[in-house]
Amino acid sequence: MNRLRQPDSGTPAAAAGGVSPPLTLRIDGVEVAVPPGTSVMRAAAQAGVAIPKLCATDCLRPAGACRLCLVEIEGRKGYPASCTTPAEAGMVVRTRSPRLDELRRNVMELTLSDHPLDCLTCAANGDCELQDMAAAVGLREVRYGLSGANHLAEPRDDSNPYFGHDPAKCIVCYRCVRACGEQQGSFAITAAGRGFAARIAAGAAPSFMASECVSCGACVNVCPTASLIERTAVAAGPAVRVVETTCAYCGVGCGFRVELNGPPDTPTVVRMTPSKRGAANLGHACVKGRFAWGYATHKDRVTRPMIRARVTDPWREVSWDEALRHVAGEFRRIQRRHGRDAVGAIVSSRCTNEEVYLVQKLVRAAFGNNNVDTCARVCHSPTGYGLGQTLGTSAGTQSFASIDHADVIMVVGANPGAAHPVFASRLKRRVRAGARLIVIDPRAIDLVDSPRVRADVHLQLRPGTNVAVLTALAHVIVTEGLCDEAFVAARCERQSFVDWHNFVARPENSPEALAGTSGVPAAQVRAAARLYASGGNAAIYYGLGVTEHAQGSTAVIAIANLAMATGNLGREGVGVNPLRGQNNVQGSCDMGGFPHELPGYRHVSDAATRASFERAWGVELASTPGLRIPNMFDAALDGSFRGLYCQGEDPAQSDPDIGHVKEALAAMECVVLQDLFLNETARFAHVFLPGSSFLEKDGTFTNAERRISRVRRVMPPLAGMADWQVTMALAGALGQRMDYAHPSAIMDEIARLTPTFAGVGYDKLERLGSLQWPCNDAAPEGTPTMHVGGFPSRPDGKGRFMITQYVPSDERATRQYPLLLTTGRVLAQYNVGAQTRRTANLRFHAEDRLEIHPRDAGERGIADGDWVGLESRAGATELRAEVTARVQPGVVYTTFHFPESGANVVTTDSSDWATNCPEYKVTAVQVRRQTRPAPTERAP
Amino acid sequence: MNPAKLIRMANRIGDFFAAMPDREQAIGDVAGHIARTWEPRMIRDLRAHIAENGAAELSAIVRAALARLPR
Repeated sequence: MNRLRQPDSGTPAAAAGGVSPPLTLRIDGVEVAVPPGTSVMRAAAQAGVAIPKLCATDCLRPAGACRLCLVEIEGRKGYPASCTTPAEAGMVVRTRSPRLDELRRNVMELTLSDHPLDCLTCAANGDCELQDMAAAVGLREVRYGLSGANHLAEPRDDSNPYFGHDPAKCIVCYRCVRACGEQQGSFAITAAGRGFAARIAAGAAPSFMASECVSCGACVNVCPTASLIERTAVAAGPAVRVVETTCAYCGVGCGFRVELNGPPDTPTVVRMTPSKRGAANLGHACVKGRFAWGYATHKDRVTRPMIRARVTDPWREVSWDEALRHVAGEFRRIQRRHGRDAVGAIVSSRCTNEEVYLVQKLVRAAFGNNNVDTCARVCHSPTGYGLGQTLGTSAGTQSFASIDHADVIMVVGANPGAAHPVFASRLKRRVRAGARLIVIDPRAIDLVDSPRVRADVHLQLRPGTNVAVLTALAHVIVTEGLCDEAFVAARCERQSFVDWHNFVARPENSPEALAGTSGVPAAQVRAAARLYASGGNAAIYYGLGVTEHAQGSTAVIAIANLAMATGNLGREGVGVNPLRGQNNVQGSCDMGGFPHELPGYRHVSDAATRASFERAWGVELASTPGLRIPNMFDAALDGSFRGLYCQGEDPAQSDPDIGHVKEALAAMECVVLQDLFLNETARFAHVFLPGSSFLEKDGTFTNAERRISRVRRVMPPLAGMADWQVTMALAGALGQRMDYAHPSAIMDEIARLTPTFAGVGYDKLERLGSLQWPCNDAAPEGTPTMHVGGFPSRPDGKGRFMITQYVPSDERATRQYPLLLTTGRVLAQYNVGAQTRRTANLRFHAEDRLEIHPRDAGERGIADGDWVGLESRAGATELRAEVTARVQPGVVYTTFHFPESGANVVTTDSSDWATNCPEYKVTAVQVRRQTRPAPTERAP
Repeated sequence: MNPAKLIRMANRIGDFFAAMPDREQAIGDVAGHIARTWEPRMIRDLRAHIAENGAAELSAIVRAALARLPR
């Protein structure tokens, strides 16, 4: 028995929400009370009675296939399977008897007659439920031998880079088939053949890699033998300890168990498995979090500080002390010569809350200005503005679990299957259960029409016209009398509603009037509006396809308007849900990562807030906003910004108009980069400070549902110092003492100074697993659903409607640039790819490609796979084409995961009016077929 | 800082608030938004550009808002 295995009650918990009292039954003489709908197997587990099982596991619906969990029930005939038998009041159950023992031994005997008896050399290394069950049922012999027909010579499938499939070890329990369907929703695995010929197969494909499999690992997770097993587990041997932590990829924030062996100071990660206790993922995972963690110990890691006088000089390794003294000296020199405001910092939303807090404290207290910005600037800053202005709080309103209560789901400018895969599985599950689906996206993403999920309405708008479409939806709701008048009257500002109502009701905002602008037929807009407003609980999920526009903030406001007007706020199943891109986008905004806000979204001009931080930090703080990231680069080019501390970010690949960014970085006198790798920005750096991966530090991340979860150190920092320690030491070198023994002390300070975090602390996180802010005296265990009784952060507690006039982007198709480029992500790669490009995920996605519609490709003589030149007013690059009808005519699409293709060479400086969030989603371009391969270095 | 970019940013802010029914309130909101989100050198450089080249490139609402910003 593997003692590290997560507890397994055999079948899922009964659905919550019922009001029926618990029912009581007796199992092996033990009385137990369980909720109605609980299986006998789960009730037994609750009573401390372990019933043998093979096909049952508590993350899957019971199948009753293996017949090992048979029980006897007084007053009933036969031997029912306990996994599929509901517990009933007064039931008397026996799990052991001579007959049951005999039946179970027979089942096990038959199973083992077609299983290699190689336990001593098997890669399962004792982590095998089949072996456990053989022991549990007391099997002592297999009478049938292995000389008969069997599957022991079936060929292995080692096509997947992360796991292997050995059919010889398969017991055809169907767990993998069910996990792929129920948990992931891919339905890529099937049982081919029937009876003795049955075997697990990757659908009709010859291998896993050739199938619809998305390598989420759910099948591997539930396999009771070593038939499906991680390659790393085979190579590293059994784990001896487990550390629970939080994934460092997307904004879902999955809980993971890092299984380890080896010495504590140089451990080996055996595997990472999704934690059932992870409230955001409930034991599920995706290919990135589950498997793509090898970058953490990749040979490209730089683990010694380095400095150089000029960016053309070779790097020189130095001690931490020398590096930090050098940085402090340079920054102070720049400030003496060019003024206090000539330096600043960028902090990544991949960093922990505690790290972001320290960086903004460093800038405000030691640099003496507010020139700190988080890379959330370039993704979800419009969410902060738009939701703050309307709902009063800069955050999503729901838990992920809320979607289980949604009747209508509207996905706007988001592709969760690629960017938030674990949440996407939950969304798809809800759609399969009957929820209606509206997709608003320029591309036909997989939610629009895939074998198991089909949108009821797809509004395939032209890039840049979100506001037109969202306002047209509002027009229909208002003019067809679909508003929730009672909600609006009770919860919202009357005058703002009247103004908004009058605005959206204008004829020029009708779907018919705006169809020419958006390209969406009016009838489809009307259908979507009616469905959203009258289909029951309606929830909106949106992503960067909303925010990364010149009108990103306006679109967020328009979404909030729709939710308020229809009363879809303040309960489960509804709400406004921004799908945050990176792991700690929410947290980096919460922690004062923006140049105009102190932690908790309080403006720097607020004297009372400033005073509380001044008392705590012992310095006077600047009262005017600092530079945002794009402003820093503009200021660098005019000579007024010359020193940058960049923690965990790669603006020379991730930011728009890279030519401009590189020019700005080259103009600075001291660029300090703190990162795992020498990334693209390192080309312009004078100092390199080694960063630490999420496996090397303690802290917290806050996911898209405001859930604060622990990140726990599983190995010492490879460079000797964790990121929070580096920032603390740099502050010390600058004369600003920071003295924290552990990140928990940083969180304690955050809690003392930030009302919405007042109740957050590591002890409570240990006890409860995670906390959703606001967490304070009013909500000591957090707040899963916001705005239940009103909008407490708004004046008078009333939601505010705002007018959303559509203003076309400056980026428009012209004769010179007739196509509109929009950018996005793929499942296997993550942002600039610094992590995932250093893993076997390259096998799934090895290059960025340009999606182009067959019509546009045909007009240009472009065939699938051709090299094409992509040019905008900002720059030009080259990549290969993928001819596909996923994009509409006139629109092309690419990803930005590879510096070689450099999508952001082409994107422009157009940005959101309120926040300067770049308009990555709309760039006017021309595409031409190239006759030669792309050079390795591209202009500009 | 690049005046053309500052002008474009300011006009974009003006575009949003120009749709509001209360003109006075809208002018105040433009001024408030700039004051709350622009670093002082951005405002200073925009003003310097206007002083030298005039404000013709700015929309009316932005011109009115800039007049309300404290110096």
